[in-house]
Amino acid sequence: MLHTVNKSPFDSHSLQTCLGLAKAGSDILLIEDAVYAVMSGTAVTSMVESAMSSSTIYALEPDLRARGIGFEKMISGINLVGYDGFVELAVTNDKVQSWL
Amino acid sequence: MKKFMYVNRHAPHGTIYPLEGLEVVLIGAAFDQDVSMAFIGDGVFQLNKGQDTGALGMKNSAPTYGALGDYEVTKLYVEQESLDERGLELNDLMNLTWEDEEADWVEKPSIRVVSRAQLSDLLEQQDVILNF
Repeated sequence: MLHTVNKSPFDSHSLQTCLGLAKAGSDILLIEDAVYAVMSGTAVTSMVESAMSSSTIYALEPDLRARGIGFEKMISGINLVGYDGFVELAVTNDKVQSWL
Repeated sequence: MKKFMYVNRHAPHGTIYPLEGLEVVLIGAAFDQDVSMAFIGDGVFQLNKGQDTGALGMKNSAPTYGALGDYEVTKLYVEQESLDERGLELNDLMNLTWEDEEADWVEKPSIRVVSRAQLSDLLEQQDVILNF
């Protein structure tokens, strides 16, 4: 299943709820303000890193660029996708759960 | 003269709050009051360097913060604890300055990193607080 999250992990529990309910092997795509979750050295970095052992985490690159999050500030192992990759994830997964 | 503080608590681009707040600050600057801005929580992300909204097809509001000094908005208080939680330091923020008329137009930094306790005191000193 594909999970999409669009809220900042510092301002909402959406990501935490998603990570708690996502089955192993899920694809998790961070978009809009949720892309702040990929930054290293933050209060949520360890939560994201531990989720990476069971799920694949993606982040939408246009949203990262808009927010000035450079690749050097990111946790390594995060997969970057564009809008085409977003569509690909949506069609290859059988379901999409949007944690709005 | 009244003390006005604009409190910014939202990350940029995801919601309309930061842009609306910025517009109100620039309009308010015309009224010759003692104006300051506070950046708390995700609001600190508004000042992050290197924002490029080109791929979103949206106007980039980030360069507008560079104009605040020209509008005599020269006190941008950024909460240290909020930076820490987000893995940010002063170097990660835009270099915003203003020219001090009373000191031979010397360029001075507009961003002042303050502790939560200092910000609490600053809030207490205001006549008007507007939240975005």
